[in-house]
Amino acid sequence: MGTGMDLPSSERESASRITLVFLGRLEDLAGGGSRAVAAASSIDAVIDALEPQLARALREPRVKLAVNGILLQDNDAPVLRHGDEIAFLPPVSGG
Amino acid sequence: MAEATTDVRLATGPFDPAHELEAFTAAHPEAGGIVSFLGQVRAGGGVEALELQHYEPLTLPAMKALAARVRERWELDGLLLIHRSGVMEPGAPIVLVAAAARHRRDAFAAADFAMDHLKSESWFWKREKAGGEWRWIEPRDQDFEDIARWG
Repeated sequence: MGTGMDLPSSERESASRITLVFLGRLEDLAGGGSRAVAAASSIDAVIDALEPQLARALREPRVKLAVNGILLQDNDAPVLRHGDEIAFLPPVSGG
Repeated sequence: MAEATTDVRLATGPFDPAHELEAFTAAHPEAGGIVSFLGQVRAGGGVEALELQHYEPLTLPAMKALAARVRERWELDGLLLIHRSGVMEPGAPIVLVAAAARHRRDAFAAADFAMDHLKSESWFWKREKAGGEWRWIEPRDQDFEDIARWG
């Protein structure tokens, strides 16, 4: 889309941010409900850049992911873009 | 014949179940029966507060999708579904489900189905405060058993 194409690639990288949202107990582990991080090409790469203990918790099989409000299926590997929001959803505890 | 209504709300502040039920009932004079369920924060066990957390892009859309399933499955004149998010004290209403129908069995079953699915499948994370400390609540096996009976 955007104006990013006018920038040298190094600046495009630094300008590119995504938001991580941590629900439930993951919020405590992450030290906050959300955080902005530098975008990486894949979710795996984003998680790799986090603290090891948090990364482990986010990769637990019972933690579901949503990108921009759409739940990911097991084998989805979306390409991330600037401004994307990734939510990490532990098992719900019910209403 | 009055048009069938579906009213689904995610409430981030307190709501008054008696007022909501009165309005819902008044809106459905053609219904022969209205079944409602009110869930409230249980007192006791040293619990000082309960917090429900939701995720905006998922929680309300999923509640609306559940309401649509209920409407498809039973013949209803109206369906009301209100769920709280945020911090609540013991005795505070959490959830109100009401189903209005010509026939009471449809109303009972629809409200029961809606509650079982809200309890086990809806996008809420819950924590309790006791002794000044917050603790996250894990899912209960009972909730999965409740939902399994609907096939």
